[in-house]
Amino acid sequence: MEKSNEITMENFLAELENLKAKTSQLENSAKKDQLSIAIISGDMDKIMAGMIISLAAAAMDTKVKLFFSFWGLAALRDPKKTVKGKNFISKMFGCMLPKGYGKLKLSKHNMCGMGPMMMKNLMKKQHVLSLDEMFKEAAELGIEITACEMTMNLMGFKKEEFIDYPHFHIAGAATFVADAGESAMQWMI
Amino acid sequence: MTTEELKNLTVAKSVDARGTACPGPLLEAKKAIGTIQSGEILEVLSADEGTKNDLPKWCNKQGNEFLGMVEENGYYKLYLRKK
Repeated sequence: MEKSNEITMENFLAELENLKAKTSQLENSAKKDQLSIAIISGDMDKIMAGMIISLAAAAMDTKVKLFFSFWGLAALRDPKKTVKGKNFISKMFGCMLPKGYGKLKLSKHNMCGMGPMMMKNLMKKQHVLSLDEMFKEAAELGIEITACEMTMNLMGFKKEEFIDYPHFHIAGAATFVADAGESAMQWMI
Repeated sequence: MTTEELKNLTVAKSVDARGTACPGPLLEAKKAIGTIQSGEILEVLSADEGTKNDLPKWCNKQGNEFLGMVEENGYYKLYLRKK
């Protein structure tokens, strides 16, 4: 009989240590009960889908982190706020892009604004939360919103023109990558 | 549980989520579950068809016990026991 196969206390303890190390390694690499979504689109329907799924996830006690980037950033603008000292290009972007989630267009059948109007009426009729209510619920449930700093610079958005939201951060793509890396679910809308 | 048993349950709290569509009833349930004690029963009223499937899944994730539902005229009464 080989010596290593003998069941001695020494072998047993060594094997136990080995298993302990493996378990802690597995624990450290396990994904958190967390949902990370990169919201790149600024269409009403897509923002809505993102928010509804986020709310459902948060209701199920999943931590939700939303990273708003590119056209998605326009949804976070507060229509009541104006900022001065923008250059020409930034002003142009400011004019062209929707001012907040209340002014978003539909990705299909927008029909010069008729589509979103009909959609909003329909949502009210069917008791679907409005985007305004969704952001309020999101704030209550502790959903984190991060605005992409690079896009802000690119389009000339300033943090003073975004909505008042309790869990609001400004960060770069690496923050999203780091968050998404430890999330069990990572999506892009 | 049978419909009869569900109807005879002692409900600690009842939330009326008939005014909201998905994911409204889940949000209402989440808010209400915090106000009752472990072992007590929560009743959720929902007119949203999807809640029939969503609430058991929500219970599963949360560790609460889904007891069943009773269909009423145009809405559902769903019952769960807090873990």
